[in-house]
Amino acid sequence: MRYHPLTSADREAMLAAIGFASFEDLFTEATGTPPLAGDLGLPPGKSEVEVERHLLRLAENNLSASRAPFFLGAGAYRHHIPASVDHLIQRSEFLTSYTPYQPEISQGTLQHLFEFQTQVALLTGMEIANASMYDGSTACAEAMLMAHRLTKRRKALLSGGLHPHYAKVAGTVARMAGDEIMLAPPDVTASEDLIGKIDDSLSCVIVQTPDFFGNLRDLSGIAEACRRHGALLVAVFTEAVSLGLVTPPGEMGADIVVGEGQSIGNALNFGGPYVGLFATREKYMRQMPGRLCGETQDLDGRRGFVLTLATREQHIRRDKATSNICTNSGLCALAFSIHLTLLGEIGLRKLARVNHANAVLLKERLAELDGVEILNKAFFNEFTLRLKGDAARIVEALARRGVLAGVPVSRLLPGAGLDDLLLVATTELNTDDDRTALVTGLREII
Amino acid sequence: MLDHVHEAQRPLAGGRALDLEEPLLFEIGRTEVSGVDLDEPAPHASQLGGLERKMPIGLPGLSEPETMRHFVRLSRLNYSIDAGLYPLGSCTMKHNPRLNEKMARLSGFADIHPLQPQSTVQGALELMRQLADWLLKLTNMEAIALSPKAGAHGESCGLMAIKAAIAAKGEGETRRTVLVPQSAHGTNPASAALLGFTAQPVPAGPDGILHFEDVEKLIGPHVAAIMLTNPNTCGLFERDAGRIAEAVHAAGGYFYCDGANFNALAGLTRPGDFGVDAMHLNLHKTFSTPHGGGGPGAGPVVLSRRLAPFAPAPALVQDGANLRLVEDGQGFGRMTAFHGQMGMFVRALAYMLAHGGDGLRQASSDAVLSANYLRAALSDLMTQPFGDRACMHEALFDEEWLSGTGVSTLDFAKALIDEGYHPMTIYFPLVAHGAMLIEPTESQPKAALDAFVATLRRLGARALAKEAAAFREAPLHAPRRRLDETQAARKPVLRWTHKAG
Repeated sequence: MRYHPLTSADREAMLAAIGFASFEDLFTEATGTPPLAGDLGLPPGKSEVEVERHLLRLAENNLSASRAPFFLGAGAYRHHIPASVDHLIQRSEFLTSYTPYQPEISQGTLQHLFEFQTQVALLTGMEIANASMYDGSTACAEAMLMAHRLTKRRKALLSGGLHPHYAKVAGTVARMAGDEIMLAPPDVTASEDLIGKIDDSLSCVIVQTPDFFGNLRDLSGIAEACRRHGALLVAVFTEAVSLGLVTPPGEMGADIVVGEGQSIGNALNFGGPYVGLFATREKYMRQMPGRLCGETQDLDGRRGFVLTLATREQHIRRDKATSNICTNSGLCALAFSIHLTLLGEIGLRKLARVNHANAVLLKERLAELDGVEILNKAFFNEFTLRLKGDAARIVEALARRGVLAGVPVSRLLPGAGLDDLLLVATTELNTDDDRTALVTGLREII
Repeated sequence: MLDHVHEAQRPLAGGRALDLEEPLLFEIGRTEVSGVDLDEPAPHASQLGGLERKMPIGLPGLSEPETMRHFVRLSRLNYSIDAGLYPLGSCTMKHNPRLNEKMARLSGFADIHPLQPQSTVQGALELMRQLADWLLKLTNMEAIALSPKAGAHGESCGLMAIKAAIAAKGEGETRRTVLVPQSAHGTNPASAALLGFTAQPVPAGPDGILHFEDVEKLIGPHVAAIMLTNPNTCGLFERDAGRIAEAVHAAGGYFYCDGANFNALAGLTRPGDFGVDAMHLNLHKTFSTPHGGGGPGAGPVVLSRRLAPFAPAPALVQDGANLRLVEDGQGFGRMTAFHGQMGMFVRALAYMLAHGGDGLRQASSDAVLSANYLRAALSDLMTQPFGDRACMHEALFDEEWLSGTGVSTLDFAKALIDEGYHPMTIYFPLVAHGAMLIEPTESQPKAALDAFVATLRRLGARALAKEAAAFREAPLHAPRRRLDETQAARKPVLRWTHKAG
């Protein structure tokens, strides 16, 4: 087997050196029972060529975004990733290193995490950020738990504009932990009255902007109401590129900002791996979940970086830890940082502007269609259409024509009576031809 | 340290041949520079509802060559599996085949959206089905939840299924205790506590493993589950796991097995055969998906027949000729926004296809053999907390053999850095005093194991010769000397600011 360096002769010599006649004897000695013998019901190993052939066949049975006009969003966005990003994250020293528990020989990962934390803090308009979470949805649930710890209250209010799967993840965690959530009904047009629901029993209010339906929301009023009632405002985003153009949650008074970082540097990957971003105020530092990288000095007085504040974490605090998280999304965070470094301030702003411009163009063209109503007033690169007909059926029909038209709201909110709603997202990758294909397709099907 | 270099020969600018210092991005980047060329936005009337960003972000940019240089220089400050032996116990730092990277980047996997019509992603669903099939066969379990994103997330998932099963029996109020051995990963008690369970420690015997008689006394109608790692974090197989499972089951509880150490078992024994109800599998350990400096991982959870109905959404079902993801109304709820770590699924399946069933058995066998080879070669020098006994895929030593030398486990580990090795896991598990946990994996040639032993023996001899002062200075040859972790925690600086820069 090409991945195994030991030869049969090596194995025999090693067994002899430790005093066993066979591996079976060694295993029996170690476990009390002999190893399984015979067929495992699994196929024999394959050569590199055969593995590649097997997986290519599976890959070809998917309609990839590069082969179709593509308008899906709803929490995962298709953006261009510069070639250098993928090259750099495949450097052995990044790809095949572990969590930097030995800082003297892990400064590459650690300095990156320090830079990543700074980038996330800047982008969200917050004071500090952690070294990443699994994804946006789990970061959101962790923010809720952090708010519980900080306020010593156990009831969260979730906006009806929050991504339905984020709400489900938070709801699952809350139910399992014996906490309470109040989930507002789906709020397609960002017209819900959250402020009227805020009282002294809430640990936090969780609001997304741009929200699940694509609406931009001003959070300052909610932030003010939260402050009055001692609750925390948790702001969520799923499209990180939006932060290049819209007012960041930190400037609108959010206490914790969480989001999905996939759209910077990371491919769609059918839903993962992604990278959760988590930022907050400095005064809440010790209740943060996840790894934190901090600056310090070595014995010679040179600047260096270490994982720090580990007394919050499971490997030290065990059942008293702020979270059970251990593994994070290091390499996805690296891809995020490299792409954001390439973009820089002017690049990110321009990228966000191009996304918005393309969305405005698409909206104008869709608005001309009979049987299509656009529900958003303010949006970034995604909005909601009300179609004459069942959106899932229309999307399916368009897919058969090779157009990936968007996400039917019923996919995430089945049974909510929103079957005629379609989420459409557009990025810098969409061309005029793509828009024409979507508009033409919709016209013909509706 | 350049103690051997004459003062006049010291480099002037901080670099040393191939060792190059690199400033922070924020010290070299400029907000007016970008390494990406973009088309001008089409003329449009902004529809941001007055929420346009007014303040600058302050994000520095770099051109593409500067970006390459910055991150390449950073990368060179890291140790890696590709560069050398990385014997971190409990982390399974095995070879990461590059074919897997190539496969995960096929546009048919990397460039598909999780919410595309399912008719357009049948190949991806088939890949998930095949991955599930391999994992279920290797574990002899009934069902699988693929979505958990890492080991601890898998623990949460398994315990949530257990909690849901208990609630379904109307015992939610009474079964609130989870038994957790003292040697367990910290994630175990943390996961239990997160769900409102009380984690009750279970002591191991003097031989480092649990004994049925000791555990039996703790089992009762208040026990929701026992969480065992098998082999445990001391590298020892829990022989009584099967009997303990029977007793827990008889008392109405469940058996969660932490599968972090499955690299000792794959193809050799099956968790389903020793009574496991739920177990996560770290695809980033046993199945070679790269650790990436701390993630991403993937932690699918296999479930027994008793827990299968409580698996979270999404579930993969055969629907006529097609596969379908059922995304709602499943089991206890939802762990994550989408379907799990697809990129890791591709890599893990590529790994398994390459090995085949027999190759996986060989991998586990070699991992166990290599650990025992190291153990035996070091047993006359270093002390083992539970005696010199056959171990599984990792060998645990403590620091008793260093007592009186003035050299601690930490010093010894730092000295290994100067010898060109990544140290073993130290001070874990907590049940061993000054633990040194060595996991070579199956990826090391015999010559590398022999060289590692020789290095440990030479260092050991130096320690026993009471050259403690030299150890306390180590490392001298790494990019940094020992870092002040106390200062980092006392006055946390978690980001760059103008002032600090």
